[in-house]
Amino acid sequence: MRRRDFVQLTGLGLGGLMLPLGANSNPVSLEALLDSPLLASQKKVLADVALNTAKGLGATYTDVRIGRYLNQFISTRENKVQNIVNTESFGVGVRVIAKGTWGFAATNDVTPDGIKKATERAVAIAKANSKFQKEPVKLAPVQGYGEVTWNTPIQKNSFEVPVSEKVDLLLRTNSGALKNGASFANSNLFQVNEQKYFASSDGSYIDQDVHRIWPTFTVSVIDRASGKFKSRDAMSAPMGMGYEYLVPKNEDKLSGPAGMVLYRNSYDIVEDASIAAKQAKEMITAKSVEPGKYDLVLEPNHLGLTIHESIGHPLELDRILGYEANYAGTSFASIDKLKSGTFNYGSKQINIFADKTQVGSLGAVGYDDEGVKCKRWDLIKDGILVNFEAIRDQVHILGQNESHGCCYAQSWNDVQFQRMPNVSLAPGKDPYSSEQMIKAVEKGIYIAGRGSYSIDQQRYNFQFGGTTFYEIKNGQITGMLNDVAYQSNTQEFWNSCVKVCDEKDYRMFGSFFDGKGQPSQVSAVSHGSSTSRFNAVNVINTGRTI
Amino acid sequence: MAILSKDEAQQILKKVIGFSKADGIEANLNGNDGGNIRYARNSVSTSGEDSNVNLGVQSYFGKKSGTATINEFDDASLEKVVKRSEELSQLAPENPEFMEPLSQQAYQDSKTFFDSTANITPDYRAQAAANSINPAAAKDVTAAGYLTDNRGFSALMNSKGLFAYGKSTSVDFTVTMRTNDGTGSGWVTRSFNDVSKLDTAEASKVAIDKALQSRNAKAIEPGKYTVILEPAAAGDLIGLMFFGMNARQADEGRSFMSKKGGGTKLGEKIVDERVNIYTDPWNEEVPAFGFTGNGLARKKMDIIKGGVVSNLFYDRYWASQKNVEPVPFPGNRIMDGGTASLEDMIKDTKKGVLVTRFWYIRPVDPQTLLYTGLTRDSTFFIENGKIKHPVKNFRFNESPIIMLNNLETLGKQVRVGNGEGGGAPSLIPYMKIRDFTFTSLSDAV
Repeated sequence: MRRRDFVQLTGLGLGGLMLPLGANSNPVSLEALLDSPLLASQKKVLADVALNTAKGLGATYTDVRIGRYLNQFISTRENKVQNIVNTESFGVGVRVIAKGTWGFAATNDVTPDGIKKATERAVAIAKANSKFQKEPVKLAPVQGYGEVTWNTPIQKNSFEVPVSEKVDLLLRTNSGALKNGASFANSNLFQVNEQKYFASSDGSYIDQDVHRIWPTFTVSVIDRASGKFKSRDAMSAPMGMGYEYLVPKNEDKLSGPAGMVLYRNSYDIVEDASIAAKQAKEMITAKSVEPGKYDLVLEPNHLGLTIHESIGHPLELDRILGYEANYAGTSFASIDKLKSGTFNYGSKQINIFADKTQVGSLGAVGYDDEGVKCKRWDLIKDGILVNFEAIRDQVHILGQNESHGCCYAQSWNDVQFQRMPNVSLAPGKDPYSSEQMIKAVEKGIYIAGRGSYSIDQQRYNFQFGGTTFYEIKNGQITGMLNDVAYQSNTQEFWNSCVKVCDEKDYRMFGSFFDGKGQPSQVSAVSHGSSTSRFNAVNVINTGRTI
Repeated sequence: MAILSKDEAQQILKKVIGFSKADGIEANLNGNDGGNIRYARNSVSTSGEDSNVNLGVQSYFGKKSGTATINEFDDASLEKVVKRSEELSQLAPENPEFMEPLSQQAYQDSKTFFDSTANITPDYRAQAAANSINPAAAKDVTAAGYLTDNRGFSALMNSKGLFAYGKSTSVDFTVTMRTNDGTGSGWVTRSFNDVSKLDTAEASKVAIDKALQSRNAKAIEPGKYTVILEPAAAGDLIGLMFFGMNARQADEGRSFMSKKGGGTKLGEKIVDERVNIYTDPWNEEVPAFGFTGNGLARKKMDIIKGGVVSNLFYDRYWASQKNVEPVPFPGNRIMDGGTASLEDMIKDTKKGVLVTRFWYIRPVDPQTLLYTGLTRDSTFFIENGKIKHPVKNFRFNESPIIMLNNLETLGKQVRVGNGEGGGAPSLIPYMKIRDFTFTSLSDAV
């Protein structure tokens, strides 16, 4: 996850803002964002140019992705709009197998001639690289679906909402924070629309319209006298939704400890910023944690990142095989551990599933970027490791003959590869609330929201911070804590889970910027969970003096 | 098309400025030709090339501005993009922090472009990968590496008469070598403007040797250790420190550079007096353009001199508010080194840890610039002046400010490239640091 990129976007890193433009992304007018440049029928004609050209050149498999990627990004601080950026990126990527080897080429010349040339390059690259290939690519079979469509089930297209309305919401967010004691308030709104057309020599022509949204803020309180400053980030989650996420509904609000409000499928950004300002003020004088072992009560908007790093990544088959060894790393979760059928990844409470169909999630699509229909599958069942995340050219290594449908490319000009699906912790089956969970803890810490995160390249040792920390003593929240981070080992940590709250507490955490690959590509992914308890976890104190 | 000469770029930009009907206009013309090859499991996994030229135009009326871009360069397209930026600026809300473009500045050329790199071919990349894979396979080691090369130009013109042009090349190479028994891992990085300095066989040998030497690492207790940081490791933390040296954040009280009671630490001693960190676009090892994206002239400038903070970075708006000259974010980073060789530094160490690189470094507390991360790909225990044995990886929790206060010895400088400390090329010395804080052990190899 490229946190630094995001920090620069929000203006907190460098003085100036950097445009969040990808390669070949062009700023466009608002009106242009709502245009539809090509009909599905026109894209089919273009896609067939690639399929026929590649076949004529001896390719044994071809897929073509005609993509239009739209972004709108609004950035504000206090009472100022810092930046509004609209971008569009339109082009086509062609991937082939020739001589048993992958080849890929892309172009923004979306014409029959441009596509033909790109296809010829893709085949030439495949043939040139075939001399380095040790064994030919083997694809798991996939059904040709014919002409099909899939759309994110949004209620309100965020690109159709007037910019003035969005700006007004962000400025009210900042104002709410400032009125409640914040020294500074930055707020941002990211909106994404991927219009993806996929066709393959397997007989699929898939037209998809994918939407994502992420409202967020950072509220800071400065105490000049002590020289201390504290920040509290938004408790929102990036979602695979339209603007309806920003229309708060009471049924989506959950009460947290010490007056916290937590959000499920809709978000009250103005309310959250007001609460954030009060909490940031409280952090200035909160006590510093005593290091030691604590029972941790982890709220879903915090636990999602721990799931992401310590379960989502280690179970990616390409990194297990060594394809990411020079960058993201490899994994402790070996094929032998999977095949043993007895590897205790976690306690019996731990049921982890991958799901590319979860409504409202960032990873939800109808079909992945190699035309495989998306599904749900188990990764960990009653604590035992039962499967990995794999795509068409690798799943046979597991002795399976069906791709998991988690192939993705960040744009038309990037080659698709295995990416993390939504990976979630199933809620506990017995009725159990977070209030009950806190009441049962003698010495613990309640942690909400995402914070600092770091994990080793084989995903054993990790350290996580959070957004807010509350001390629990004898079943009661006694006050806020500072300087908290927990360190653990993946298997030990998930085996220390003694309870998971029920589905009423279940909600999603998400990330827009999961990074992988060289050249690096980002992908967006969600992680659902209910508040969960982990016993006797090592907590360190991160306070220092400089 | 991708690499335009100074004259070609100037000709296009003059036309663009000529089409303007706004209060003012600024145009950036950038082009890149890039290539890469990636390998893993001792076999090439992906390779590719990309080429792109883009014109970005910002027009403004008063404090309202709009940006549009295009990648076609006939007259009609140039006129269209100017018109589009003018339309967008009329739709934009007023930005009270908008700054009008600069008038002509004096720039000094920098030797950032090398024909050797500009002429890299797919065959070169394939051979570079083979020179890395073949020696690995011969030693029962598996190579995973990535070589990326780039040649590009950047040109800027505005309606106040400013024009700037530069072209550059770069090549970055990293490889991770893992022993086939899974118990050893080595890594190396190389970064140059001139590819004739790159020898992937030589670099790969370093990583292979480390992989073999790091097999069967022993666990030692975490705690405070004297460490010898190789330049890639130290450079990551130094680079991250730069990102925290923004003047506005310091003035606003939300930076490790903010002072109790108000004000900033500009002019104060914050680290050991032997620490000299500066930027110099004309340094031959790490050359950078003499201008920034918005036309500010870069210069040789101290960041920390004798342990004292010499400069924070001011964007043009904040500089105008504070009545100071803008200080652009540096295009390179240089830290003075010493004369000690790595062997000397090891010899002078009674008990310590030699660190090849850090991994997954993330901020923990912006107040103290505390970061956490881990050692990776060969970590060794030093005792009585000798490397005794490889050790398991550690997690650290440390601030570069504390680290630079605990400086023992500076060694020779090495250029390091795109690490976790950001993209700017850096010239960083080996450094020996006392009391570096390791907080836990990792089983990762």
